[in-house]
Amino acid sequence: MVRLITHNMLACHVKNCTKDNFPLSFSEVELVIRPAPENLEFIQRFLPKLDWPALVDTARSLGDESLPEQMPDQWTEDQLKALHHVLMELHVEEGNMTCRGCGHVYPISNGIPNMLLAEHEVGR
Amino acid sequence: MSISLPTPNIAHLTEEDYEHVYEPAEDSFILLDALELDAQLIRDDQPTICVEIGSGSGIASTFLSQLVGPSSSLIISTDINRYACEVTLRTAQANEISLNPILCHLLDPLLHRLKSNIDILVFNPPYVPTGMTELMDTQNQRDIGGAWAGGQDGMIITDVILDKLPELLSPIGKMYLVTVIQNKPLEITRKMESKGLVCKEIIKRRAGRELLSVLRISRI
Repeated sequence: MVRLITHNMLACHVKNCTKDNFPLSFSEVELVIRPAPENLEFIQRFLPKLDWPALVDTARSLGDESLPEQMPDQWTEDQLKALHHVLMELHVEEGNMTCRGCGHVYPISNGIPNMLLAEHEVGR
Repeated sequence: MSISLPTPNIAHLTEEDYEHVYEPAEDSFILLDALELDAQLIRDDQPTICVEIGSGSGIASTFLSQLVGPSSSLIISTDINRYACEVTLRTAQANEISLNPILCHLLDPLLHRLKSNIDILVFNPPYVPTGMTELMDTQNQRDIGGAWAGGQDGMIITDVILDKLPELLSPIGKMYLVTVIQNKPLEITRKMESKGLVCKEIIKRRAGRELLSVLRISRI
């Protein structure tokens, strides 16, 4: 399953693709909601690791409008619960993630994102 | 103070799975033992992002998840072998924890976002010294052979990660690396210290012909 917490850590890594290589945009997704045990202390600890604008855009592209445009300075419990839901409970089981820079498509099948590249696409 | 943790349940894995995915063996278990030795240290650090490279059966990622506690860390498990990613997911389910497998080479799609962000990095690499042809073939086949063939000194794949390690680890970051004596752990230690990191062999054991150890490489 690709949860949004994981998606927020994935960038396109095609050779010479450095512009708009993050976040990858979802398309043709099969979205599943699965309740996850709530640990708001962890969610709070994770805040500095998040790219907030990328998360908000991605959540909205999947139809979840619960996150505010700007990351709050002070979090209420309800806001943290909403963030827990977006990060931990939305699972993309099938679909595509497309790079907005170079157009490369990374498919997700059976909940596993395929981020492998062909040898000629590799930037190493 | 010592903490004892149960070994993850892998009874759901079959002979057929082990044709494609490395079956947990002594090198897997010494890694679990190393993590267990450091359990209190790891818990005290409250790691937020943990990554395992080459998760295979998923036993080490699962153990780490159980060690840090459920829902208290993001655990990302990469593997170049699709079968391993699927098995990692099944092992997570069998142990009622949550893992996030990614099919990729080493950390490729994560490097952009995880710079200075990895709190725990776990790697049981392909450490067996082999010729370069065997290394290239097994990596390209993306199957079980990629789990052991390591090229010159068994260090070709490991070195790719060690070279990047200073920019990957968070301020509290720690890497746990499985080595055999042919990898020249003393040279690894010297090399990492020259990059300003601290490297300590935390456990060592002979298993058949292999003299295994686990190195902990950290900023402090």
